[in-house]
Amino acid sequence: MARYAVRRLLFAIPTLVGISFILFVILDLAPGDPTGQLPLTIPAETREAIREALGLNDPFMIKWLKWMQLMFINEPLHLTGELFNSCLGDCEGRSRIISWSSRGPAMDTIIERLPQTMWVLGLALIFGIIIAIPVGVISAYKQYSWFDNAGTFFTMVGYSLPTFFTGLLAIVIFSVWLGWFPSFYKTTHTVVWTDWSSIVFQFKQMIMPVTVLSLFNAAALTRFTRSAMLDNLNEDYVRTARAKGLRESAVIIRHAMRNSMIPVVTLIALQIPGIFAGAIITEQIFRINGLGQLLIVAIGQNDIPMVQTLTFMFAVLIVLFNLVADLMYGVLDPRIRYD
Amino acid sequence: MTTTQDEIPEATEDAAEHQEYRSLGQDVWRQFRRHKGAVIGLAILTIIVFAAVAGPFLYPVDPFGINVPIANQAPSWGHLMGTDNLGRDVLARVLVGGRISLAVGFAAMLFGLVIGTAVGIISGYFRRWDGPLMRVTDLFLALPILPLLLVVILLFRDSLKDAFGPSLGIFILVVTIIGLTSWMPTARVVRSDVLALKEREFILAAQSIGTRKRNVIFRHILPNVMSPVMVAGALGVAVAILTESALSFLGLGFPADFPTWGRLLFDAKDYLQLSPMRVIWPGVFISLTVMSVNFIGDGIRDALDPKLRSL
Repeated sequence: MARYAVRRLLFAIPTLVGISFILFVILDLAPGDPTGQLPLTIPAETREAIREALGLNDPFMIKWLKWMQLMFINEPLHLTGELFNSCLGDCEGRSRIISWSSRGPAMDTIIERLPQTMWVLGLALIFGIIIAIPVGVISAYKQYSWFDNAGTFFTMVGYSLPTFFTGLLAIVIFSVWLGWFPSFYKTTHTVVWTDWSSIVFQFKQMIMPVTVLSLFNAAALTRFTRSAMLDNLNEDYVRTARAKGLRESAVIIRHAMRNSMIPVVTLIALQIPGIFAGAIITEQIFRINGLGQLLIVAIGQNDIPMVQTLTFMFAVLIVLFNLVADLMYGVLDPRIRYD
Repeated sequence: MTTTQDEIPEATEDAAEHQEYRSLGQDVWRQFRRHKGAVIGLAILTIIVFAAVAGPFLYPVDPFGINVPIANQAPSWGHLMGTDNLGRDVLARVLVGGRISLAVGFAAMLFGLVIGTAVGIISGYFRRWDGPLMRVTDLFLALPILPLLLVVILLFRDSLKDAFGPSLGIFILVVTIIGLTSWMPTARVVRSDVLALKEREFILAAQSIGTRKRNVIFRHILPNVMSPVMVAGALGVAVAILTESALSFLGLGFPADFPTWGRLLFDAKDYLQLSPMRVIWPGVFISLTVMSVNFIGDGIRDALDPKLRSL
């Protein structure tokens, strides 16, 4: 298992290098001058000096390699240094990716924003799975029953309603008309575990974004689970399990469900970029200041280093989640561990 | 289009008794009509497309006519969907917006489908290209699509606007990038089908009589992978419409004077307290379109499945 995990981890590196290359090609092909927004009173030679200092005149490959050094060597070194409160290598003079608008290291801002995004996204993913798997399994087990028909219809609806509509709808109904929940997320709110009202407030402000996102995730997952279960319930091994007198719950849960989870995990892995896209939109609707909101603001400010680092961090998170899905795949299907 | 339920068993009995000759198309259509959701979806999609194409002629209210005294009105007989913050008629704007949203959806789907089918056929048919092309497909599947789309729009918007004008420039940009980032599922499905087809006797026969590779692909392979391509196309329209709406909703799609459905939602979300109904209309249209397209995709998948059709 450990060898499999390490091998998957090593496979992730070329993917990330490839993604950073694509990002760089796009940024390099883009017309426009990063110094274009500076005041026009700056003389031409100063402007040229600024370009030189920013390294904009370097050839493409040099720029890319320099950035890779920052991203893959300097930033991780700094992070591990921070984590263990120590100094790794040249921690004073180490250059880092600097945001053009905040003038501080882009990574520090990203680390600040990461928890908000991960809370909403993680909870939504967990709740989505908790809803989807039982509904999908029961739908498949009782195919064409009223439960299945209702479930199929609702998953189709949930699958088709975009989060930017359901989110706004939730705000209109629960904040504007009923006034139950706040329409935006207050990040400055700190939860004090001894103060009941602060816990209730946190719960109230999380409930809408998490529900909207988890229903969206659950819809797709239910469809996958149902069709995978349907495929497996007609297999010979299910009949064998029943014939040798296993209890029905054991047949369903230990045999059919475990095998159905294999394609479902693959499909979850393919869905992950979509889940992140949903999170970006949800953050925008409920004004959560997470990574998605940071990205939109950075795009508005033309803050290229920040946008680049953030997009790359999204890629890292997606690859990481894919890795987790791959490891789950290894747990569920013992055959693929050894090849 | 409007098939009542009791017609269906009659039709199947007929077929069983007479064993008359039916073409594949008729068979598929017959099976498609049995999928209730797909038939309703097709009806709704037809109505929406008709409303978007012909609606502005039937409902001759200027979608851009500003009339501030009647701003932020609730729906009434004069303005069936109310008015926005500048007194513009929301129904007229939704109808005009539908044209752009649907056009983007279909154009981006076609573009993505062509790329996906080409990549799928090449990597399935030519062994040499299989490895590299599939690696590229996997790489694209791991890309953070939405952030990337936003970055591309940010960087290329102005130059395309200068080259083709504001509406056509953004249209080309949005269609191209949605197409370029949505071809991967099609490519995978087509590849696996081509890999299986390649080993079949009729392909071997075609090759053995010296048919050129181009003709083998276009005459024998391509027609046989059309069914998964059609399903992928139906789902592709849904994905493209959703992506365009998401981009417009984040304020990075079409400019404010081109009211696509996503843009209308984006504009309406700042007036939730004043006129909450403004959010509902474009959202309902996006959702209905996507839902009917998804149901149609399901129907096509069932109709093209010979295991189900022979029942």
